[in-house]
Amino acid sequence: MKWLLLTLVILPAVVGDLLQSREMKLAANPAASLPGALRVLRLIAARRYLLLSMLCMAVSFFAFLALVQTEPISFAVPASAGTFVLETLLARVWLKERASPRKILGTLVVFGGLLLVAR
Amino acid sequence: MTTGLAETRTVSDRRNELRVFQWIVLVTLLKPFSNLFLAWGMRGLPLPAATHPVALLQALIDPLVAIGVCMQIAWLLMRMSLLSQADLSFILPVTAAGYVISTFLGRVVLHEQVSLTRWIGAILISAGAALVASSRRMTSQPAGAGQ
Repeated sequence: MKWLLLTLVILPAVVGDLLQSREMKLAANPAASLPGALRVLRLIAARRYLLLSMLCMAVSFFAFLALVQTEPISFAVPASAGTFVLETLLARVWLKERASPRKILGTLVVFGGLLLVAR
Repeated sequence: MTTGLAETRTVSDRRNELRVFQWIVLVTLLKPFSNLFLAWGMRGLPLPAATHPVALLQALIDPLVAIGVCMQIAWLLMRMSLLSQADLSFILPVTAAGYVISTFLGRVVLHEQVSLTRWIGAILISAGAALVASSRRMTSQPAGAGQ
């Protein structure tokens, strides 16, 4: 069950982050004249994938709650850093973002840490 | 006169640096402590949330979980405020220490058993997250941008 919950923490968070990043780039600041909070609300109304990204974040948060109920936080919190690995990989594949050598190295170090935490 | 102005500026700069430092410490600690309260509150619930989704809604009215949620909201707002005072490339690597602090809080407050392997793993994750976070920000157009 802990791996299922961890997957539910990581995957929706990654999808949410990627959707948010993509939508914010596509939006290209359409309502720059509005104050911060209003601008974000208008963006959410105009871009339904932003709403979906928030739904993903909510799923991830509730899965995290369920995970920390049964698993130690010394496992749950570090293991949730799996988002770094997946996000770097998917940002490259899906968003066509370039990853610097430092970012790739950092991702590999996180991955190594995850393997140790998961043992 | 010029010396006086320079001294005033230096004192003001120092005060500003000190304030940013205090915010960074607060932001770095707030997230692990919010996770601690969430875990603490969740463990006090009678039903397992994984098999009883209603327990998740009950969790939101649990005082400890509510404190954790409020701390997460405060963390988000404070982090945004901090971003207006210091560079992201400086803040993110420092706050990545949160993974190790969470492990420490789990060990000390919740009396969790943390093996040496897990400690090393948490330290590696913090170091890796700091590396990822401190890499140079590049903005590249996504496929289909501007459609």
